[in-house]
Amino acid sequence: MKKLFLRSGGQWLFLLLLLASRSAGPLYAQSSSDAAFLSTVGQLRTAEFDAKDKIIDQVAQTGHPSVRPVLTAFLEGRLYYRTQDQKIFLVKAGEEDSTTLDLIDPLTLKPAGSASSDSLTKIVTNNHLRRTLQTTLARYGLSSPDAAVRLDSVRDIERDLDESNVQLLRARSGVETDPRVKEEIAAGLALAALDGSDARARLAAVSTLRNSLRQDVLNKLQGLIEKSPDGTFAESDERVRDAAAAAVKSITRRRNFYSGIETLFFGLSLGSVLVLIATGLAITFGVMGVINMAHGELMMLGAYTTYVVQVAMPSHGEISILVAIPAAFLVAALVGILIERTVIRFLYGRPLETLLATFGVSLILQQLVRSIFTALNRSVVTPNWMSGTLQVNDALSITYNRLYIVIFTMMVFAALLVVLKRTRMGLEIRAVSQNRAMAKAMGIRSEWVDAMTFGLGSGIAGIAGVALSQLTNVNPSLGQSYIIDSFLVVVFGGVGNLWGAMTGGMSMGIVNELLEPYAGAVLAKIFVLIALILFIQIRPRGLFPPTGRASENQ
Amino acid sequence: MELDTKKEDDLKYKKLCIAGVLLAFGMALCGLAKAQQDTIKVGILHSLSGTMAISETTLKDTDLMMIDEQNKKGGLLGKKLEAVVVDPASNWPLFAEKAQELLEKDKVAVVFGCWTSVSRKSVLPVFEKDDGLLFYPVQYEGEESSKNVIYTGAAPNQQAIPAVEYLMNEVGVKRWVLEGTDYVYPRTTNKILEAFLLAKGVKPEDISINYTPFGYSDWQARVAAIKKFGSAGKKTAVVSTINGDANVPFYKELGNEKISAEDIPVMAFSVGEEELSGMDTKPLVGHLAAWNYFESINTPANKMFINQWHTFIKNPKRTTNDPMEASYIGFNLWVKAVQKAGTTDVEKVLAALPGLETPNLTGSMAKVLPNHHITKPVFIGEIRGDGQFDVVWKSPTTVPGEAWSRYLPSDKDIVADWVTLKCGNYNKATKTCSGQNYK
Repeated sequence: MKKLFLRSGGQWLFLLLLLASRSAGPLYAQSSSDAAFLSTVGQLRTAEFDAKDKIIDQVAQTGHPSVRPVLTAFLEGRLYYRTQDQKIFLVKAGEEDSTTLDLIDPLTLKPAGSASSDSLTKIVTNNHLRRTLQTTLARYGLSSPDAAVRLDSVRDIERDLDESNVQLLRARSGVETDPRVKEEIAAGLALAALDGSDARARLAAVSTLRNSLRQDVLNKLQGLIEKSPDGTFAESDERVRDAAAAAVKSITRRRNFYSGIETLFFGLSLGSVLVLIATGLAITFGVMGVINMAHGELMMLGAYTTYVVQVAMPSHGEISILVAIPAAFLVAALVGILIERTVIRFLYGRPLETLLATFGVSLILQQLVRSIFTALNRSVVTPNWMSGTLQVNDALSITYNRLYIVIFTMMVFAALLVVLKRTRMGLEIRAVSQNRAMAKAMGIRSEWVDAMTFGLGSGIAGIAGVALSQLTNVNPSLGQSYIIDSFLVVVFGGVGNLWGAMTGGMSMGIVNELLEPYAGAVLAKIFVLIALILFIQIRPRGLFPPTGRASENQ
Repeated sequence: MELDTKKEDDLKYKKLCIAGVLLAFGMALCGLAKAQQDTIKVGILHSLSGTMAISETTLKDTDLMMIDEQNKKGGLLGKKLEAVVVDPASNWPLFAEKAQELLEKDKVAVVFGCWTSVSRKSVLPVFEKDDGLLFYPVQYEGEESSKNVIYTGAAPNQQAIPAVEYLMNEVGVKRWVLEGTDYVYPRTTNKILEAFLLAKGVKPEDISINYTPFGYSDWQARVAAIKKFGSAGKKTAVVSTINGDANVPFYKELGNEKISAEDIPVMAFSVGEEELSGMDTKPLVGHLAAWNYFESINTPANKMFINQWHTFIKNPKRTTNDPMEASYIGFNLWVKAVQKAGTTDVEKVLAALPGLETPNLTGSMAKVLPNHHITKPVFIGEIRGDGQFDVVWKSPTTVPGEAWSRYLPSDKDIVADWVTLKCGNYNKATKTCSGQNYK
């Protein structure tokens, strides 16, 4: 009786509250839930990382309209509190690094003045919390108008397939229109169904999943057919096991195919870097016969030019690299011509002296750069259009920066061929390299051609430097790590042959990448070197030796 | 005839010149000798050129700043400190030569120097032969304790082991990639970590160890392999002992492959604020590093140190880092030891050192232990977008450095004690000291 009374009393209280809130207007209800929301968020200030996890859940459950922006800000490290009065603020996106921060009120989401970063304390997250936040926020993302956001949200939710999330997905799958999102939801639901008790549903789930390429799906299916030590299977139904085994086989086969393609692409991309650094050398070493040990430093100058251009145009970060390409070509070409005019031209025909002199030049250039820019690494920002991956499918992704470098190498190579084969300068370069005396007799200024050829080779090195700035450290010793590789490619490809440099670089890249997973990076490199030495024994003049009369001059 | 007299005149002039130069030289030498009496010479042995210049130049500047600061306070024992800076040029044998030069020619009272373990191993015999004193300020692989060296950087139990324990307990990592550069520090550290993980019940197939050469830049295949290893359904982490230079392309590739810290966190032992200042840090947010100091730690001592550094280096954007703090601690310990001993004589300073305490920059005390290592707090930080770290874990107390790891079967009976046992590698089981032969 008492119990009943209490219960009905509770109901009465509830009704009363409802009435009160109705009569007092939305203002009252709003301000009370505002206070509750703020106090829940406020707990984040002092809580340990473990406790923050639960607080996030509580914040999400308040259902306050600010939940999403506040949690997003927390995820992005933009949730602060004022040290003086402990009041919570959001900070405007993109300003986290500056000394004065523009504040946003967490309730109204309107600007709330600004404050110096010293007077604010950031509420820090860690990896685990960010994962929780992502999954929590993904529930909101499911109804986003942007299909890409919905797809990401489904993927985030799939990491944590509890009952409520499965419900969410199921609800979404009814109204979803985008085919890719739909497919992803189906996969997610199938993954959840594998844990269900209905054997027929599990069988259906396996057949939905057999077209997937995802590693987590593969792991899950493999788990089904694994035999535990006591002889029982994780999956009790034999038909489901058979279907899973077939699916595992099919997924593995297709994944292996794509991983082969991926390795090939790795090889091509490493190869194109090698080609890029070796083409310049193929001109100076191959065509002119000059052993230029400062070739690497010319690349380094190209990389530093990229850095300087980037600093000079801070508001155009996305395109500064495009400006850097001609700039690096010019800087490196001018330095190259300077080296040729002041050092190398006195040493033609004396390879050993040239080697020593250019080695000296390389040290001078390094120290010069070290004195100007210090020995510290300079950070060259990767523009947004060059970062990220091209997701071909779940098993194959290609990184954009590598893709662009492959394309870029092809373009540089094509342009160089056009210059050498189709222009007057190219004709003169080829004439002088084939027969200097005859070319002179025909009225070609061979000295000028020498300078231009060296400038061209150096300029290409500068362009290679732009590409390297995207892949590795920009510091004074950047060139040293690439000089040996570029000589190897030129020697392997055949001295004086651009196509040789191309084939040589690409095949070295691919062989290296094929060997690396089995032999490790160090051994793979050693194998490539040994193979190269053996190859030179058989064909001392490389893949494409110079033929005909030109070979007699070499 | 006229020509001849001119020649003679020239000759006279030349002789005069030579005499003048000799005189000047002699006077300069006298001046030097005189100056020598009024100053205490402090040797600085850090590479200022070559591959290690990037890291070591900063430590040279830190040492110079500390010396400057001490001189402003009136010097030491009433004498001014005088820095003798040499450049071993990232060349390991040259380290030994330059160390010999400092100890035998310049007769320095103390040397602050070295970064890589190979450079330390190279100078070790010189310091032991000439009885010098070296303060070594970088985290290292342990398995060493020399009478003549004070190790102010972290031993494995002050960095690597707590970091792996954090990943195991707080992050719940079950699968481990130990990725390192191919040289002595990563190899020894990974040997210790592997023994530790196996002892904690991690299965051998859940550990993948891989080494790449110095300055390695083609990370695409390795990162793809890590991605694959990490997608086996168990939480995976990378423990990275990749040396400075190779880190930039490694993290770039991770960022490009969209491996976020939430998927596969990377715990690095050689990436600090200085390395990050040369990187585009946006894709790295959330990856981890374990150190005994972070610039972002808010203590009055640290604030003062950062201000002092910015004034000295005349660049408000320069960062501070862990080896700088270790240099700071090392210098202050030496000053205290000299004041305690009342002399710069190496034997007496070495006797005064064990037990000495000096505050570090993060609010606790660094105490010299009998094994010539010091006590240090351990911090784990997550990389922020601005290239600094957010501390996500700190050790409850300072951790005493252990020269010999208890997790390696070959080391577990060995202790270092320069106070009572007077030995750097005393075997408790056989009760013998193998002298200076560490291996």
